[in-house]
Amino acid sequence: MTGNDLKSFTDKNQWLLSPTARALGALIIVFAMGLIFNADGAFLKWGTHRDMLRAVSVYGILACGMTIVIITGGIDLSVGSILALSAVSFSLMAIHFAMNPILAIIICLLIGTACGCSSGLLIGKYSVQPFIATLAMMVFGRGLAKWVSGGQKISTAVQQADGTYQYVEVPKVFDFVNSKVFADNITVVTLILIVCLVISWVLLTKLRQGRYIYAIGGNEEAARLSGVPVLSSKILTYGLSGLFCGIAGICQACQELQGDPEAGVAYELSAIAMVVIGGTSLKGGRGGIWLTLIGILTIGYLEKILSINAVGEDKRLMLTGAIIIAAVLLQKTRK
Amino acid sequence: MLEMQGIGKDFSGVKVLEDVCFNLAAGEVHVLAGENGAGKSTLIKVLGGVYTDHTGTVKLNGEVVNFKSVLDASKAGISIIYQELSLVGSMGVCDNVFLGREESKYSWLNKRAMLDYSAKIIKSLSLDIDLSSSVDEFSIGIQQMVEITKALAFDSKIIVMDEPTSALTEPEVEKLFDIIVKLKAEGCGIIYISHKMEEIYRIADRITVLRDGKYIGTEVAEKLPSQELIKWMVGRELNQQIPRHAPKVGEKRLEVKDIFVGGTASNPSPRVDNVSFSVRSGEILGIAGLQGSGNSELLNGIFGTYGSQATGSVQIDDEIYKPDSPAKMISRGMALLTNDRKQSGLVMEMNILRNVSLASLKRFSPHGWLRPAMEKASVEKITRSLNLKAESLYQDVDSLSGGNQQKVVMAKWVETRPKVLLLDEPTRGVDVGAKHEIYELMNSWTDQGIAIVLITSEMPELLGICDRILVMHRGKINAEFEISQATQEKILSAALGERVSQ
Repeated sequence: MTGNDLKSFTDKNQWLLSPTARALGALIIVFAMGLIFNADGAFLKWGTHRDMLRAVSVYGILACGMTIVIITGGIDLSVGSILALSAVSFSLMAIHFAMNPILAIIICLLIGTACGCSSGLLIGKYSVQPFIATLAMMVFGRGLAKWVSGGQKISTAVQQADGTYQYVEVPKVFDFVNSKVFADNITVVTLILIVCLVISWVLLTKLRQGRYIYAIGGNEEAARLSGVPVLSSKILTYGLSGLFCGIAGICQACQELQGDPEAGVAYELSAIAMVVIGGTSLKGGRGGIWLTLIGILTIGYLEKILSINAVGEDKRLMLTGAIIIAAVLLQKTRK
Repeated sequence: MLEMQGIGKDFSGVKVLEDVCFNLAAGEVHVLAGENGAGKSTLIKVLGGVYTDHTGTVKLNGEVVNFKSVLDASKAGISIIYQELSLVGSMGVCDNVFLGREESKYSWLNKRAMLDYSAKIIKSLSLDIDLSSSVDEFSIGIQQMVEITKALAFDSKIIVMDEPTSALTEPEVEKLFDIIVKLKAEGCGIIYISHKMEEIYRIADRITVLRDGKYIGTEVAEKLPSQELIKWMVGRELNQQIPRHAPKVGEKRLEVKDIFVGGTASNPSPRVDNVSFSVRSGEILGIAGLQGSGNSELLNGIFGTYGSQATGSVQIDDEIYKPDSPAKMISRGMALLTNDRKQSGLVMEMNILRNVSLASLKRFSPHGWLRPAMEKASVEKITRSLNLKAESLYQDVDSLSGGNQQKVVMAKWVETRPKVLLLDEPTRGVDVGAKHEIYELMNSWTDQGIAIVLITSEMPELLGICDRILVMHRGKINAEFEISQATQEKILSAALGERVSQ
């Protein structure tokens, strides 16, 4: 009966009450703030938006994988560490070993995927709670990144056999990822984010596997008894999250022109925040990649607006926290 | 002592209760009957202070009361025991009994007093349980007794029980009825909601029937024969309670050999102990047994739910398999409708369409890519054939009534085109009309050559629809009856472990 009343209620206000509309609400408010506090018209220039997109891309790539993980009812705390591992590995191979960049990219993606799959295996096969399994991977991955890099930032200053440092040239692939295309209107990292969004969207809405992911998040037991391959789905989910971390790590290295083993600390929290602001439920079974895109833009614009208005980091963090709560409360009123 | 008049309630314009009256005298059991969706639960929630925005008046001992909250109602002496029990599983019996109303002094708990008091009530109910063990260690039956204890601990004079026996074993039901008699003697009024005819006539003093949110009538139980009651409930006469077609029994479809499912940590004796049986195409085999007899575990064992924990062999047509995983058993032509659609049948977060297609998704997604049009056409066809009542296939399943939810699960399994259909309590929590439809569906499936194995705790259903009945007791098959020889007495005594001549 409560279902019926909810239904007739949503019929009338269907669109306004849909998760998408609710998520858009927060974005629109933030955007309107930007129009009002436009810092002498800076907000009205496309360059500002392009820079916002560039700044938010690495987080957004992580949020793609995080969305899929959260839809299965899990969580992935290891994304920041895997990003750092990928970033140092990539810098090491591309800068110090002057390896073919394509090969270096493939190896980094494999490393990320392998890390994710290991978490997935622990979660799916040995029933370790996702929080615990990925927490362990977060610590392990950070350690691995430090070990690979020797605790140093991997930059263009390469130590020679005699102990002196010599600067090498930045490999072309770094410049490429940082470059702007389409008449300087968009950066390549943002294009990479878009590709990741599209991959996630296809998986979640067009493929059988995507349906399985929703079913597992909604009711794992019912899914298993309906013949859904739960173990392989979980390995794939966390593996994909790992793959996206690999991609994000490469982007991060290119943007910083170095591989920092300390990179990506607390990025998992930003990624989770983007997913949650979009309205994907941490309980699993509901949500979508478009919602996460809205979440990415909301956080991106918020940060950008505050920074062009020269608001200090202290206030920025406080406001971001408030926005997360506001967005989640907006979602809550659904029932 | 309770009088409800002109009760009305709507959910944003949809009337779910209209001008309903109901009264309850001290020391009586008043059964509230009606199909699912008739408004029984809503009426109870009005009484219990869950819904406060209703029309009409509620009088308690002659005085008009206006409950603002659940707490108000419970302070006024009204306790409601819902189907889904509201106990905190990880907490002890005593802690649960006093939850939210703890005895304390300067915010320090007075444990002694609470233990003594709950021990006294537990004893008066002639229960023997450890007050400090957490309640999830107990069976549903005992948990229900804990709920009753909770009600008694606060001097509730009106106790509402919403389908209390749906998950109880036969002895537990007896126990519950004993307690109801005791409560009556102490002057409590009991509102009892049930779908089970035998139960209603056993304990009811009076019966009130609701249909589609409207008050149909109240009558003393003896003056309302069951045919008449059913007529009141459904508004139509069911010419025959359970119509089994003459079965067209064919070749052997399923042969199960030496299925063994080990015990659990808390109960090490095997749940299913080397059970073998077979079913022919077009046949309905009933597996009777009290709760804990292992019949449900047997079906799950055959279906591969326990993976490698279950041993034995399952032969479908000419192929012999190990029952190692549900996914494999589904592809081999087996389907299992579990006894708890919310826990293991439906994905509540998904809509009807996605629930129905879930188990046969491979057919709708060649090379892994979904074909929405193909999926929708097929799901539309199957849900229409099952007469599913829903506004759209994109509706969430949690907005459906119990009967329609069950049809969604059935549609999911029939969509896999099974050869063998295992049905575990397919009519649990389903109203009379939908039950009838489910029987008709079982008839038509067997006509198509599907073999059905059925577990049901309702004796008339077992005797009415099955062609052959096995009775399980403590993980073993204790008796087998052709339907012509089966009687309620024989089945019950076999289920209780007695040797029965066949």
